[in-house]
Amino acid sequence: MKILVPVKRVIDYNVKVRVKADGTGVDLANVKMSMNPFDEIAVEEAIRLREAGKAEEIIVVSVGPQQAQETLRTGLAMGADRGILVKTDATTEPLAVAKILKKVVEEEQPGLVILGKQAIDDDCNQTGQMLAALLGWSQGTFASKVDLGEGTVDVTREVDGGLQTVKLKLPAIVTTDLRLNEPRYASLPNIMKAKKKPIDEKSPEDYGVDVAPRLEVLKTVEPPARQAGVKVADVAELVAKLKNEAGVL
Amino acid sequence: MTASGFDVTSASDVFFEEEHKMLRDQVRRFVEEEIKPHADQWEADGATPRELLRKMGALGFFGIRYPEAYGGSAMDERATVVLSEELGRSTYAGVAITALVHTDMASVHLFNAGNDAQKAKYMPGIVSGEIITAVGVTEPDAGSDVKGIRTTARREGDHYVLNGTKTFITNGVLADVYCIAAKTGGDGPASKAVTMFIIEKGMEGFTVSRALDKHGWRSSDTAELSFVDVRVPAENVLGEEGRGFYEIMKNFQNERLVLGAMAMGEAQAAIELTVAYVRDRKAFGAPLWEKQAIRQRLAMLSSRVEAARQMIYATAVRVARGEQLVREVSMIKALCGELVNEVMYACVQFHGGMGFMRESTIERMSRDARVQAIGGGATEVMLEEVAKRM
Ligand SMILES: Cc1cc2nc3c(=O)[nH]c(=O)nc-3n(C[C@H](O)[C@H](O)[C@H](O)COP(=O)(O)OP(=O)(O)OC[C@H]3O[C@@H](n4cnc5c(N)ncnc54)[C@H](O)[C@@H]3O)c2cc1C
Ligand SMILES: Cc1cc2nc3c(=O)[nH]c(=O)nc-3n(C[C@H](O)[C@H](O)[C@H](O)COP(=O)(O)OP(=O)(O)OC[C@H]3O[C@@H](n4cnc5c(N)ncnc54)[C@H](O)[C@@H]3O)c2cc1C
Repeated sequence: MKILVPVKRVIDYNVKVRVKADGTGVDLANVKMSMNPFDEIAVEEAIRLREAGKAEEIIVVSVGPQQAQETLRTGLAMGADRGILVKTDATTEPLAVAKILKKVVEEEQPGLVILGKQAIDDDCNQTGQMLAALLGWSQGTFASKVDLGEGTVDVTREVDGGLQTVKLKLPAIVTTDLRLNEPRYASLPNIMKAKKKPIDEKSPEDYGVDVAPRLEVLKTVEPPARQAGVKVADVAELVAKLKNEAGVL
Repeated sequence: MTASGFDVTSASDVFFEEEHKMLRDQVRRFVEEEIKPHADQWEADGATPRELLRKMGALGFFGIRYPEAYGGSAMDERATVVLSEELGRSTYAGVAITALVHTDMASVHLFNAGNDAQKAKYMPGIVSGEIITAVGVTEPDAGSDVKGIRTTARREGDHYVLNGTKTFITNGVLADVYCIAAKTGGDGPASKAVTMFIIEKGMEGFTVSRALDKHGWRSSDTAELSFVDVRVPAENVLGEEGRGFYEIMKNFQNERLVLGAMAMGEAQAAIELTVAYVRDRKAFGAPLWEKQAIRQRLAMLSSRVEAARQMIYATAVRVARGEQLVREVSMIKALCGELVNEVMYACVQFHGGMGFMRESTIERMSRDARVQAIGGGATEVMLEEVAKRM
């Protein structure tokens, strides 16, 4: 079985993001970019399934600028077998990406697509679900456990009330949550080996998908600074404040 | 959170390839996850644990420039610079030097001068981190002046008999294998009288006489070694008898580039955490960052560190192409050893009273930085090397 893992190049999670002075977006100049952390978890999960003998090949795919090749290379250094770069400089919105991924799935015929539940740049949390809808496949989102059986996969999901386990028929879509696994390091010998692994270069036009953004960003602003809290002397004062000032009691 | 995000140069295509950037990412993550949360304990213990070194070995950090046959990755000086800089950025220079002495100051003697049998015996363990190495040149009476060493090795049949004392030896307690310089040449010219030997821990007559208590680098162990009639098999000679001085001088080039990169990693981290501190700290009604006296001084130090880094990168690229750059490498060691101390002085200053407290990171960093102007070629000695070439 093949596993397809889409990976996105995003601002590194360590970076303190700054809004551009003119409010047109966030400042990307000289900022460190990395693989979306949820996607790293997806790559790790795919590798573990292959190591357990449940998958043969792992393909990483990224829709993004030329530099997204570095993100693919990171996936290859972790252990994926080959990569596909769908090159575009456009802002990638979930629907366009899902349409491209649908075409990739039709070409590659994977048994499982594992995506991150969301990308930490736009936090959309849509691509996996849209892809499942476009393909008409089952989906198990926010996975904290993936148990691959014969023709089915049990996905334990993190939901508001606790954990829910769903049994999906393959082929299926899984999106990863934070607690699914801890991604491995890419060792230096594996980084060097990754240089020799193939990356196919494609464009959205190759798949007949129009990636032009459907959304227009009007303005980007910093979140309001958090106000300092107040210390209360005792529970009585707290209750009084909640009643009289906050008006929530 | 790194306040400055990232910096362009270390990701620049002018100096680096994709694999160097990936290595940088991996080392940076390793520093965040495996070093920073634990290193205060190692500072207290006076040494970095084996366990950590084996983890670094498993990730390939000890085999950067060594051939694949030994488990290495056959990369060039640029990758070494990345490792050094990122370990320096950890803010725990003691941990950094434990690793870097092993990779770039001690094991290089074995790799560069060793014969096939010696390399087959030691290199795989050196790369995996099972074998940790140290190098012993300095003695109580000879540091900068390498030709002045007094340790002797006298030939007796198929053995040499070693006598002498080494001091300030990094990894002196921890190491398994030592590359030790001794005089074999009798009264001939000093430059032709030095030979390097492989000494294993446990050889009779070889003892670690004491662990030294240091101003900084406290998570690195530093020792005094004693050799009393140590019988060393002749097969443990590294390279040719009498060629040791040249080997030491050659390996110093790599060592000094590495120390320069490590120092600039320390300097960057210090500037970053000081910028974060003064942005947060308020006095006279505004964050200290609003005072031009403070931010302009930090901006100038940052400019000088950036200039030094680009010189290191450019030199690494050229050395990787096979150029001999004694002048540039000596400049780098002199410049970076002093600059990192200027940076620390200013950063402690801008932390106010907190900079003087043991609980602040910058206090430790300022102690760690001091030796960068002394070890591995003191500033004055480096400047003599530069002056000779002017
Ligand atoms: C923490 C630490 C770890 C070390 N680890 C190792 C190790 O692993 N292996 C090893 O072999 N050594 C090691 N060293 C030794 C280090 O390389 C020496 O300390 C260094 O070379 C300086 O030698 P020295 O201490 O004998 O000082 P000296 O040579 O006595 O120098 C004293 C001062 O005189 C100056 N000076 C010397 N010659 C001249 C000159 N010609 N002109 C002008 N000024 C001059 C020096 O610059 C210095 O300021 C370590 C040192 C330290 C502090
Ligand atoms: C060992 C020790 C003992 C001490 N003992 C005592 C004591 O017994 N009693 C007591 O009351 N205090 C004591 N202090 C506190 C000491 O007086 C303060 O640390 C000192 O006044 C600096 O204040 P700060 O630490 O708050 O630094 P900050 O005021 O936060 O200053 C940080 C940095 O910003 C710079 N800075 C501040 N304002 C400006 C400006 N307008 N323009 C440009 N730069 C500026 C400062 O020069 C400094 O470099 C002690 C401190 C130490 C370290």
